Amino acid sequence: MRLIGDQVKKVAKLANLPLSEEEIVKSSEQLSKILDYVDQLSNVDIKNIEPIFNVVGSSNVMSDDTPRVSLSQDEALKNASQKKNGFFITKGVFEE
Amino acid sequence: MSKYEPVMGLEVHVELNTKSKMFCRCSADYFGEKPNTHTCPVCLGLPGALPYINEKAIEGCMKIGLALGCKVAEVSRFERKNYFYPDLAKGYQISQYRWPLCVRGEMEVVGLEGKRRIRINRAHQEEDTGKLSHIGGVTLIDFNRSGVPLVEIVTEPDFTDTAQVRDYAKKLQQLFRYLGVSNADMERGDMRLEANISVRPVGQKELPPYRVELKNINSFRFMVAAIEYEIKRQIEALERGEKLTQETRGWNEEKKETYLQRSKEEAHDYRYFPEPDLPELRISESEIQRIRESAPELPWKKETRFMSEYGLSESNAKILSESKEMAEFFESSVEDGRKLGVGPRQIANYIINQKPDISVKVAEKIKVMDVGVIGDIGELGRIAEEVISENPDLVESYKKGKVTVIQALVGAAMRKTGGKVDAGKVREILEGKLG
Repeated sequence: MRLIGDQVKKVAKLANLPLSEEEIVKSSEQLSKILDYVDQLSNVDIKNIEPIFNVVGSSNVMSDDTPRVSLSQDEALKNASQKKNGFFITKGVFEE
Repeated sequence: MSKYEPVMGLEVHVELNTKSKMFCRCSADYFGEKPNTHTCPVCLGLPGALPYINEKAIEGCMKIGLALGCKVAEVSRFERKNYFYPDLAKGYQISQYRWPLCVRGEMEVVGLEGKRRIRINRAHQEEDTGKLSHIGGVTLIDFNRSGVPLVEIVTEPDFTDTAQVRDYAKKLQQLFRYLGVSNADMERGDMRLEANISVRPVGQKELPPYRVELKNINSFRFMVAAIEYEIKRQIEALERGEKLTQETRGWNEEKKETYLQRSKEEAHDYRYFPEPDLPELRISESEIQRIRESAPELPWKKETRFMSEYGLSESNAKILSESKEMAEFFESSVEDGRKLGVGPRQIANYIINQKPDISVKVAEKIKVMDVGVIGDIGELGRIAEEVISENPDLVESYKKGKVTVIQALVGAAMRKTGGKVDAGKVREILEGKLG
């Protein structure tokens, strides 16, 4: 399976990764190889096999609605690259 | 009449009022709290943190679904909806897509041309995102809201006029409050509406090849205005021979017009896949039965029952079933009324016209008003005797010839009975007794 540059650009955009032209070429090759490898699964007959969505196989694991103590504001913001007045700061996003 | 007709569907998001969040046990009561004080590794999206389903939220979602006549899926699963935005720290929202909790319901709405059934595609469980504020070129993020349980209710494109849309949204809000699953306050963002609007030539059966999504509109009034504007805009564009495309638009209240937010070219590709960190949900028939039985009588059922059981007019029945509290107040007053011989319609009229506080004993009030004036001579005589014995000074003045004090004695009788006595009659009786 051959991935072309445009497909890689799209995947990179969806993954929020800024790729250089050089990296796009390199990624195309590597991703194509990965796809070929995974594609071996297409040879397996899975006609009578139910898909597995969760390897543990349990269901209905839930907890009751009792709040617990949260992190403090300082702890929550500890790894923030930028913060102000208790908020995380990120570069401007303009919705309108 | 226009050659075009609108085709509309609605997506409603409602925040559930659970105490804790959807996938962690941070407090979900975030409104007005200091930023980033209700967070943990799960709702901050830190690597390796594992989500844990809130049972109460699942119950809330099922309550909503069942009230809308949905089927609760035997097996449902959570999935990851992948996209990047600063309010979504982990890069995906846990939602449901292929295996929603509740599917295929319906709601009856009233529009310009009478009643219409709106099909509900699904009511599924997901989580809210953080809150962004845009100030001075930067964006501030507060993750207190991140992970608060959110239920999304999606209709089929069955609406044909804005009156239906308004009625549907109002009914949903009323339903959320009846069920006690959300305060459904639009201004606080507990309840959010998104409408998908397109138009097609009258008579055309198939759906139009595009749809415009109206987003981020936080009041019923603005939503109706935005939809009306949009229908007009689209019809005019089609009449000019333009081709309409898939896009997302917002509402500018100042200019009273919709504006482009995102066009198809930037449309998202969410790449949903099953959430591997959460087990599937298997809901038993007995669990569904339990929720069904615990559900309150729904407002629209109450409304018809008020009409058939108590002989109320449709408009009065609607007003009295508006909220659960109001309906309960009315019915407990009717119960009191039975013993006092005061009818439900009298009670309904009194509540609607007088708007009494719910602590008021309505049936007793009406009883008093009904009896109005105490006409019984014996009863009046007894009251007169009491007034005379309680006011010896006035009686003495009267006897000395100051006959005007009779007014003060009549006043005392009025006060004693809450104004129920006939002033003329009681005066006569007082004069007779003192004469």
